[in-house]
Amino acid sequence: MKTTSSQSVLLATTEVSLPRQPQRTKSPVSNGIVGMLIFMVTEAMFFAALISAYMVIRAGLDEWPPWGQPRLPVETTAFNTLLLLASGLLMAYSRALLQKNKILEGRQWLGISILLGTFFLISQGNEWVQLINFGLTVSSSVYGGLFYLIIGAHGFHVIGALTVLIFAWNRLGASRNPITPEGLFPLQIFWYFVVCVWPVLYVLVYLT
Amino acid sequence: MSQEAATVQTDIHEEHHEELNFLHKYILPTDHKIIAMQYIFTGMIMAIIGGYFAYAFRMQLAFPGELVPFYGLVGPGEYNMLVTNHGTIMIFWVAMPVLIAGFGNYIIPLMIGCDDMVFPRLNRLSYQIFLVSALVLILSFFVKGGGFGGAWTSYPPLSSAAEYSLTDWGSSLWVLAVALEFVSFLLGGINFITTTMNARAPGMKMMDIPIAVWFIVLAVILFMASVGPLIAGAVMLFMDQRIGTTFFLPSGGGDPLLWQHLFWFFGHPEVYVVLLPTLGIVADIITVFARKKLFGYRTVLYTAFATGGLSFVVWAHHQFIAGIDPRMANVFVVTTVLISIPLAEMMFSYIATLYGGSIEFKTPMLWALSFLAAFLIGGVTGIYLGASALDVYFHDSYFVLAHFHYTFFPITIIGMFAAITYWFPKMFGRMMNETLGKIHFWGTFIPFNCIFLPLFFLGLAGQHRRIYNYNHFPDLATQELQDIRVFATASLVVMLFFQLIFIYNFFVSMFKGEKAPNNPWKANSLEWSIPSPPPHGNFKTLPTVYRGPYEYSAPGRDLDYWPQNEPPEKS
Repeated sequence: MKTTSSQSVLLATTEVSLPRQPQRTKSPVSNGIVGMLIFMVTEAMFFAALISAYMVIRAGLDEWPPWGQPRLPVETTAFNTLLLLASGLLMAYSRALLQKNKILEGRQWLGISILLGTFFLISQGNEWVQLINFGLTVSSSVYGGLFYLIIGAHGFHVIGALTVLIFAWNRLGASRNPITPEGLFPLQIFWYFVVCVWPVLYVLVYLT
Repeated sequence: MSQEAATVQTDIHEEHHEELNFLHKYILPTDHKIIAMQYIFTGMIMAIIGGYFAYAFRMQLAFPGELVPFYGLVGPGEYNMLVTNHGTIMIFWVAMPVLIAGFGNYIIPLMIGCDDMVFPRLNRLSYQIFLVSALVLILSFFVKGGGFGGAWTSYPPLSSAAEYSLTDWGSSLWVLAVALEFVSFLLGGINFITTTMNARAPGMKMMDIPIAVWFIVLAVILFMASVGPLIAGAVMLFMDQRIGTTFFLPSGGGDPLLWQHLFWFFGHPEVYVVLLPTLGIVADIITVFARKKLFGYRTVLYTAFATGGLSFVVWAHHQFIAGIDPRMANVFVVTTVLISIPLAEMMFSYIATLYGGSIEFKTPMLWALSFLAAFLIGGVTGIYLGASALDVYFHDSYFVLAHFHYTFFPITIIGMFAAITYWFPKMFGRMMNETLGKIHFWGTFIPFNCIFLPLFFLGLAGQHRRIYNYNHFPDLATQELQDIRVFATASLVVMLFFQLIFIYNFFVSMFKGEKAPNNPWKANSLEWSIPSPPPHGNFKTLPTVYRGPYEYSAPGRDLDYWPQNEPPEKS
């Protein structure tokens, strides 16, 4: 399809409204948002499975964390959690600005939100390096395996979300092939999901 | 979008029809019809591989230890690989791509009256990932140690450690292929649901959507809601195999039962994921060829909702002997037996549709009716297996095997042939040969029963699954039982032979068949109002829908059908 699309990069659509034709009733929710919400359901089930796997395996063991395994850094990660939550709030703020058609300002806050997300990722990566040095690896125990599985799965989602957001940030307000605030919104929903899942995982893996 | 911009876009769209070169039309298409063909053809090639595997291991069972013609010697490990991959291929690479991705792609935009899927590029990506997954699976047969042999359910620790499975890379590539395939259908599923929600033709209300489209969309919703846990499980299994985690290894603190729960939480809805599209296609076919309104459109629809909901709470009936709490087993017995109620209701609706109709026995109708008959046997035997007391005896016996083949064969093979013979005129613009079609039908349906009915009796005699040579078991190596095995295998060979007639008929009709009119079956739904095959962009002008899809033999009309897009007469 060569038709230029007003929708986002990933969710390009062929909404061709032909002239002199019976018009489709405009659906209340756009294609991009519906598609993303369906995807979120699948993602939620994916994380629900990881969480239940964590609880099942943990319930089968007497000692948690197992003997000789390092404890997780609760305070540093609490700070990271705040970073990520702030990023989510700023994303909402930029959405509000974009809706009022303040593209430049909205783009600026979107950039800051992406930056905070990147800090979260770097800080988490730094934490992983230290944990590996302390002897917590995927094969050191099922405790380590679950930690890297769950936190790693979330990390991959952060990386994926940041990549598409940076791509979209670059095209927001660009002169050639720009992305509209409406086209951006599904990607922002994805970011909200990534942000909202994190506190649950933090409480489950780090605090309890 | 302003009106001007819309016009410009339309012009580009119209011009674009001429520009499509071979590469963009057939190799990298965004047209839903071409993508559908890609899925259907890939699925049919995989079906040939799956059928060939079935031939090889059935020959081994009938004539243990002898050379199989066109195959060679089947060793124990190879036997396991053949049965595992037969199951995997038939469910994930035949039933899913042909019925859901293939026909879903083909009929959803045509039946709801829109030009294409709403995310055409996502659709193309979906097929490309699917193709890669099929290639990865085929590759897994040729790596060192051979293909994976731990059954399509791949229970750990057999599947998670190379020292047990003896197929180091075979099992990893198997998991990888399955995971890739799910990602592919995930993308396709997002497309199907969004298209049906947002892109219906003007005037098409929820209750005007053909049952075939409804059921494919419901199946996709079930799939989307259940696939997450299996993807999580597949990632964990892959990590167990490759980087030394111990999620499913009891020696390392893991829990092997966890995999069974993750797998069957997906695996049981999956049964209904492949069942619902065929039920929907059958509903459309029997109304067209009985020339009668579908009995209880809403009832059929709501029973499908009930089936879908219940399918999420029945999964542990696969684990009655896996060591789950007997009190929990009781709960799952109740839910499992409950799920037969909505399905029985649906069957009664279909039979009531046939009652009093003027039935034409065209090939698609024969397939649809044989589906109802065969699936009934599969469904009824399922009730025995759902009761935990009986399942303790039947578990993993040939009774189970015959039961699920009596469900999956009608769903996959009969459903596929019903859909192909019904939509063939629309897809290729030519009619299929009726005589050859009928010979093929009887040549498939009778041997099918000859293969699987005897297997019920083998199962009742205590024959266990997944054993490559029964000569090692004195109780099972008797002449009577061996005769039944030979009979089943001979029937399989006969059935495979008759498939050659289908392949011949398919290709000869595609190129030399009689030209098909727009509406050869005199059906109501929107896809029959446009030329066969439909042009790029499907509809010249968006159709307006005035009524439901099943208005056959409406009183006070001369014609016995009433197309959905025909404006009502002004009185």
